[in-house]
Amino acid sequence: MEDGREGQPPPGRKRKGPEAAIAAKYRRGPEVATRRIEDKKLKGKLRYTERLVADAQQAAAKVEEWLLPAEAGELEAEGMERTWRFSQADIVQAVEAGAARKAFDLQLPALGPYSLSFTRSGRHMLLAGRKGHLALMDWQRHRLVCEVQVKETTHDACFLHNEQFFAAAQKRYTYIYDKRGLEVHCLEQDTTEATRLEFLPHHFLLGSIGSTGVLRYQDTSTGRIVATHRTKQGPCDVMRQNPWNAVLCLGHGNGTVTMWTPNITTPVVRMLCHHGPVRSLAVDNQGRHMVTTGADGQASGRGGRGAGCSSGSLVYVKVWDMRTFQPLHAYYSPSPAEWCDISQRGMLAVGYGRRIQVWKDALTSKQQSPYMTHRLAGGTLRNFRFVPYEDVLGIGHSGGVSTMLVPGAGEPNFDSFVANPYQTDKQRKEAEVHMLLDKLQPEMITLDPSSVTQVAREPREVQKAKQAEAEAANRARQAEQRAKNEEKTKMKGKNKPSRRQGKKQANIIEERKPAIKARMREQGVAAEHGHKRERQEQKVPDGVPRALHRFFKQ
Amino acid sequence: VHRNLDPTLHPFEKAKEYTRALNAAKLERVFAKPFLASFTHDDGITCLARNPRRLNSLLSGSADGDVRLWDVPARRCLRRLVGHTGQIKGIGVTPDGEACVTCSTDCTVKLWKVPFAPFDGGPIQEDQEPVLEFSGKHAFRAIDHHWDRPQFATAGAAVEIWDHERSEPVHSFSWGADTITSVRFNPAEPDVFATTGSDRGIALYDLRSNTPIRKLTKTNAIAWNPMEAFNFTAANEDCNLYTYDMRRLASASCVHQDFVSAVMDVDYSPTGREFVAGSYDRSVRIFSFNGGHSRDVYHTKRMQRVFAVRFSGDGTYVFSGSDDMNVRVWKANASEQLGTLLPRERKRQQYNAALVERHKHLPEVARIVRHRHLPAPIYKAAKLRRTQIDSERRKTQNRIAHSAPGSVQLKPARKKKVVAELE
Repeated sequence: MEDGREGQPPPGRKRKGPEAAIAAKYRRGPEVATRRIEDKKLKGKLRYTERLVADAQQAAAKVEEWLLPAEAGELEAEGMERTWRFSQADIVQAVEAGAARKAFDLQLPALGPYSLSFTRSGRHMLLAGRKGHLALMDWQRHRLVCEVQVKETTHDACFLHNEQFFAAAQKRYTYIYDKRGLEVHCLEQDTTEATRLEFLPHHFLLGSIGSTGVLRYQDTSTGRIVATHRTKQGPCDVMRQNPWNAVLCLGHGNGTVTMWTPNITTPVVRMLCHHGPVRSLAVDNQGRHMVTTGADGQASGRGGRGAGCSSGSLVYVKVWDMRTFQPLHAYYSPSPAEWCDISQRGMLAVGYGRRIQVWKDALTSKQQSPYMTHRLAGGTLRNFRFVPYEDVLGIGHSGGVSTMLVPGAGEPNFDSFVANPYQTDKQRKEAEVHMLLDKLQPEMITLDPSSVTQVAREPREVQKAKQAEAEAANRARQAEQRAKNEEKTKMKGKNKPSRRQGKKQANIIEERKPAIKARMREQGVAAEHGHKRERQEQKVPDGVPRALHRFFKQ
Repeated sequence: VHRNLDPTLHPFEKAKEYTRALNAAKLERVFAKPFLASFTHDDGITCLARNPRRLNSLLSGSADGDVRLWDVPARRCLRRLVGHTGQIKGIGVTPDGEACVTCSTDCTVKLWKVPFAPFDGGPIQEDQEPVLEFSGKHAFRAIDHHWDRPQFATAGAAVEIWDHERSEPVHSFSWGADTITSVRFNPAEPDVFATTGSDRGIALYDLRSNTPIRKLTKTNAIAWNPMEAFNFTAANEDCNLYTYDMRRLASASCVHQDFVSAVMDVDYSPTGREFVAGSYDRSVRIFSFNGGHSRDVYHTKRMQRVFAVRFSGDGTYVFSGSDDMNVRVWKANASEQLGTLLPRERKRQQYNAALVERHKHLPEVARIVRHRHLPAPIYKAAKLRRTQIDSERRKTQNRIAHSAPGSVQLKPARKKKVVAELE
């Protein structure tokens, strides 16, 4: 027995502990079977790599178990209590002062229903009123950063890569503003009236969709328009991104949800979700579940529907599995849910009219009752978003903006290199440079993000053959097009109006005409307008040589 | 700094890693500036030697008989060793690093005291006189000092072994009627040395037996691998370098290709993992010890035919002496940051190197890592050579395809150069 190893388990045996359960989360794929490999150098390298991966897993699990500073909160009901009965007023009284400050109401009844957006770190909030009021505020410290009155209908607004810039979809064009409220860019090439904007942070792409149904991707770091897709589904105002693979999901009026990448002009996925228009959609941040809301159809009128069916239509909130695109379960809703959102820790919030319901663990399994409910006093709902890294739901409505405390909604521990709510100026500048260096190319957006460095299954000859075929087809098409462009049209110079008219006239077949013509021929009368005068053949006497026949013709 | 390593907070891991690998490869090319300094002579450089005991000194000999001792870090000349009247053909340094021997076409070998570089700057002292002088009967072509004994070997019409205390050679070997052009002692075996001759021969001699051991093909220079002392690399006239195992001379263990003109000199790194070679086509290339193609190529518009190359004692620098009267100092790793690195810098460079290593097989990354700018003459010559080789190969394949099986024998490239092995 060696002295140094007495207290430790012998090497090769798996170490059990609280970390073992957590370590599975950090495994990024199945273990490589190194036993069967013949090449000794490769085998040695792979065994070394596997050991490193295992060590990294253990270290990460230890960090999660012991070193994370904060824990998630929760609302617990004891005995006969139910969590959805707790009102916001009760919760605000019960929590500490810092958290209570985060629940507030901004009354802005004049400038239209407000839509909300937050930065990735959750520190700054962007308000966009329908009548053209744009405001950027540090909501936790109740501090207004900038405010702009654009005096135009503003459909939507969203932050770009950090709080320094935001984009607003105004009546004619989309504009980009600075954090001081100055207009920095006017995106004039966008000829569609954008109704929804969505920013893909890892690719620096601003996606916009509008009343013409044209989906546009623009790179905000270089200004290049990466792709313009005609969805051919009509006007659309439901668009969300799937944070796991940066695919944009659009909800259409015919009940379909289509998913788009900038690389393919047709949707990569098309799902029929509802029998009526899709009202809203949301995707969780692991890309596993999608929630769609829409009206599904008319009630048949047969009994036993329940109290809330006065409008006579079936309304569902449906949960879909995004790996298989199959429906998981559906929640019946008394009226069409206008908006839904999923928090970082998987809480689903659904809202309609003045009511908002928050459901816990509603994605993986079907729950019987909500976690929390809230009734808006200020106005009817426009949109809401969970604040990242905070247990707060920010709500934009027709009377302004308000926030609601939802214990356990946000991720309690942030990563400074991803999003730091307490960022200093220097950290922000450094982070901006790193984000730009790590910017992903739009060609890398695929349905499965892990396919980027995987081995191509086709052998190289097949790949080359396919490429050659594609090139040959391309060349043939181009040659055809060139030939078509270069050939002189036969009708050049001959398509005069008079000629066309004459042809038209000649084509008219009158009933009487053939009969008249026959009669005239019988009678030996020449045609009135004489295109062809019938020659009266004079009889040529016999014996005249052929060369002189012409002297006998008329 | 707060860290949360949960994978849900870090999406697109593989795509980000690929992007970073691409950026790392590009940055490596951006920072690839290997040229450091150049030292001037009055005539073309014919030979270089490095001091085995001092990292900071370099000796260079030129075609007008001038030998200079350089203080490399301070970039100045310390001594001019004046005395030879003919071209300096070779320089060897004694094992204690205190003296050097130079041979020249004026039939003399001179021994000089070599001071080490002081830390303060001083004036160039001219006209250092030789301590000892050895006269020979013919012009000398090369010299190599033994790494342990006070003996050195000279090459010319014959190979002669001299001792410091004797004015006449101790041993003399001659075989065949032609000139011997270079000589090198084996770094591990004290009695073995190799020579190259103008009769297309590499001969391995053993001092104890008085006759050569083996004989091979036409080369310009050879260098022994300091870590694997039975391997040596020969710089050939046909633009390639061949690495042979001394015990199995029938076939080369590796063929190193990339030059487009005759390879003039070769020298190993003290690690034994790579070597540098200079060629008549105005370029210097660094090869891995078992690599078929060069890892890096150095060229300048002003650098003409390269006749001598040496690796520095710590493996960080490469020296090249060329026809344009300059000795140039280059970095062995072109994008290396010299000096002390901060821990953060070191970690970042290690990360970048690991990224490139992991992704180097992907086409975009490989394209950038492989890319080197070449001067137009070398590029065109390489292209031409490529077409010639491809055409040759195609014809051989056709001959094999259209002949009776087994009638046309393909000689592998490693065996091609060995014309005959003679005992």
